[in-house]
Amino acid sequence: MPQITRRGALKTLTVALVSASLSSLVAAQSKDPIKVGVLHSLSGTMAISETVLKDVALMAIDEINAKGGVMGRKLEPVVVDPASNWPLFAEKARQLISNDKVAVTFGCWTSVSRKSVLPVFEELNSLLFYPVQYEGEELSKNVFYTGAAPNQQAIPAVEYLMSKDGGSAKRWVLLGTDYVYPRTTNKILRSFLKSKGVAEADIMEEYTPFGHSDYQTIIANIKKFSSEGKKTAVISTINGDSNVPFYKELGNQGLKATDVPVVAFSVGEEELRGVDTKPLVGHLAAWNYFMSLKNPANTEFTKKWADYAKKKGIAGHKDKPLTNDPMEATYIGIYMWKQAVEKAKSTDTDKVIAAMAGQTFKAPGGFTSTMDTKNHHLHKPVFIGEIKADGQFNVVWKTPGPVRANPWSPFIPGNDVKKDVPDGKTKI
Amino acid sequence: MLRRITLYGLLLFAWLFAVSTASALSPESAKAIAVGDNDDRIKALSAALVTPDDNLSNLVEALLADTAKVAGDQVLIVTDGKAVIAATGAEAPLPAVVEDVVNNNRMRQALEGAKAAFGLFSDSVRVRNNAITELRESADESKLPLIDRALAKETDASLKAKLEQLRAAMLIASSDKQKRLDAIVALTASAQPSVKSLLQERMKAGVETDPEVRAALTTAIKTVEDRLAWGERLGVVFTGLSLGSILFLVALGLAITYGLMGVINMAHGELLMIGAYATYLVQNVFRKFMPGAFDYYIIAAIPLSFLAAALVGAILERTVIRWLYGRPLETLLATWGISLMLIQLVRTFFGAQNVPVENPSWLSGGVQVLPNLTLPFNRIAIIFFAFFVLAGVSLLISKTRLGLFVRGVTQNRSMAACMGVNTAKIDTYAFALGAGIAGLAGCALSQVGNVGPDLGQGYIVDSFMVVVLGGVGQLAGTVYAGLGLGVLNKFLEGWTGAVLAKIIVLVFIVVFIQRRPQGIFALKGRSAEA
Repeated sequence: MPQITRRGALKTLTVALVSASLSSLVAAQSKDPIKVGVLHSLSGTMAISETVLKDVALMAIDEINAKGGVMGRKLEPVVVDPASNWPLFAEKARQLISNDKVAVTFGCWTSVSRKSVLPVFEELNSLLFYPVQYEGEELSKNVFYTGAAPNQQAIPAVEYLMSKDGGSAKRWVLLGTDYVYPRTTNKILRSFLKSKGVAEADIMEEYTPFGHSDYQTIIANIKKFSSEGKKTAVISTINGDSNVPFYKELGNQGLKATDVPVVAFSVGEEELRGVDTKPLVGHLAAWNYFMSLKNPANTEFTKKWADYAKKKGIAGHKDKPLTNDPMEATYIGIYMWKQAVEKAKSTDTDKVIAAMAGQTFKAPGGFTSTMDTKNHHLHKPVFIGEIKADGQFNVVWKTPGPVRANPWSPFIPGNDVKKDVPDGKTKI
Repeated sequence: MLRRITLYGLLLFAWLFAVSTASALSPESAKAIAVGDNDDRIKALSAALVTPDDNLSNLVEALLADTAKVAGDQVLIVTDGKAVIAATGAEAPLPAVVEDVVNNNRMRQALEGAKAAFGLFSDSVRVRNNAITELRESADESKLPLIDRALAKETDASLKAKLEQLRAAMLIASSDKQKRLDAIVALTASAQPSVKSLLQERMKAGVETDPEVRAALTTAIKTVEDRLAWGERLGVVFTGLSLGSILFLVALGLAITYGLMGVINMAHGELLMIGAYATYLVQNVFRKFMPGAFDYYIIAAIPLSFLAAALVGAILERTVIRWLYGRPLETLLATWGISLMLIQLVRTFFGAQNVPVENPSWLSGGVQVLPNLTLPFNRIAIIFFAFFVLAGVSLLISKTRLGLFVRGVTQNRSMAACMGVNTAKIDTYAFALGAGIAGLAGCALSQVGNVGPDLGQGYIVDSFMVVVLGGVGQLAGTVYAGLGLGVLNKFLEGWTGAVLAKIIVLVFIVVFIQRRPQGIFALKGRSAEA
């Protein structure tokens, strides 16, 4: 019978311990959580819109984790607050990529914040999923755009207003907040309208500063403009909480949708939360998703969100849960990234980019969204909705199916020579 | 097509007075009105209007109110969980699955036109008036027989005149020259903005060729334009007055805390915000416990928003500001820090999102003063409210014992203390008063703008601007500066747009303050501490 010496026992114990810890280390490496960055303003002027995108991102991550994560690894969200401060966006992005080593980042709302982080993502070769409709004119290898390009929102909306059902509008007011997105969109629309034979005198362009709250003069000008000729329509690219005073004034001054319809590109269910929508019935919005869409995928999505909001006690949403288009785009983005990682069997940026091409996802919008094989944009359906008395939207027009995005609008001169695929050079 | 619509119109008025007992609206036509292509639906609607009855009227109302639903081949009108078959008016069990009817603007306009056609022959003058206003927006030749018929029946003189104008708008394209001229004369009497575009359409090359009619058109356009110009001018004055009243209302509280007491209160904006959130809470309480009295929540919100902000102001003064009197730089930093804390506190409790504050129904909408000038009720109310608060504050400062003490303490603290005034207490009262007035302003702001944690940030600069421009220490200066800046801003905005107007106003203030550092009104007399 071999004698059990103290030294021998110690040796065995050490070997056992080391091998155990080694094996657990090996196991841990494949079971290590994948870090995922969430870069949305949780304070400052954009908090009104972006906070909820952070929440929906966390909901999707929870869901994925509950089903076993990605390749057997859990997702670990890293939430930072760039506080609606554009340079801070770049700083926080660098911190997420360099310090926290996130595999991917979901974030940004305003175009100016995206432009601010773009060089960081390109320099460090990391991935950004951008979930908001925007003005196009950009195509980066490191960004996937899950929101709409102008041809998936702005142009169809204007075409609808020109149609008989839309009221055959002949005169146009282009009204926006004074920054890059509205100015670029209006540049595209102006040239589009001209191509449709609208005279210069029949277009009025007006801008207001961020956070503007007194729309009396603007509404009076619109009234005056509409009295000077045929049917007038207003295209609003007002962003953020200025929309509330704008729509209040619109209702109070009695400008009805049947007289002068207003179509908005940055107003959804969430922005109308603080507004009495009864006088606004019939004004329009163009999006790729509405909460009121009736299909099984959306029923499931809205229910999940309602449950999640209740469970987490999200202010406002726990009593009145609302979903909107950028939330849907965030949700699609996270799932598509998951699918791409599983296809690439790696979280390596270049491999995931290659695997993203052609990914599909059954979106809450009721269609299967496809990631374009070349241009990093989603193929999305376009919906035009009219505001109902309860703050939801009635879909009055939609495309028969998903539309391919066209980031380089043909209505801006010089775009015809630009390639529809990222060429590695940033064009800001 | 046009002729056919005219035919329908003719048939319509023939039938409108025929006593029809039999139900004319068939289930098929009800369905055709409710679902399908908009062209077909409008066609079905005009077809059904040939034989109008109560069921059709109800269906049109229900379609406009979004209470019409489709279940299979039936069109149901669903109210309070009860269903009525649209075609017969009979009650029916509510099916499990009903589809909403989607009406777009075009459909809604057609429905409103139909509703107006029903309303034109109502017994009530108001309903008839509304119907005429409605028809004015969807006037086309197809409605001419309808209007002729209504004109023959109309007894009210002012409504008759309106109908005449409506008729004229339709006759302006008549082939009879005299009719055209008559139409122009009738239209000239109207100041509707739509008349201008109608006349201008006729002036376009090739539309109206007769020189005599063209001359009449030119004078008519001029008359109408002159009349419209008045509406525009009055509009600018009103919008300026409205902005001005908001400016001086938000600055009034600061005129006391900064102007009289000399505290550079960077948290003033947050006191506005607290007033607005107090209004929001009162609104929620009313909605939950007294939904019947919801329209009057604002009356309860006014004193409560004052008290809430005054309480916060008093606590601030007792805990922080009183230790910093005479040290403006530290006060500035401390109050700025407090403002950040208050914002974050509200954000934690209420969320970063704006909260909805609904206007009571009597503050929604507006009164139409001129055809192209509508004054919103909420803005009118704020103008009155601002002057009411101003009157209250100036009475308080000039006529009451508290006001006397406040003036005494701010002018010469040590002398007032020697006379037995408890200056510490007066400081607290005065600061709380200033804060409370900011709360009142917050309550008013909740009726025109956003209520969110950042609400105050947008007004703090404006408030200081108004107080400094008006002259520190002067309530009257604050009023003139607020109103002046409001009107100036609106006049400039009409010319240059909102962005440039704001810049020009700021440049103006910089230049003005350089020329006259003491503001519009300088403090006269020998102030002991000056």
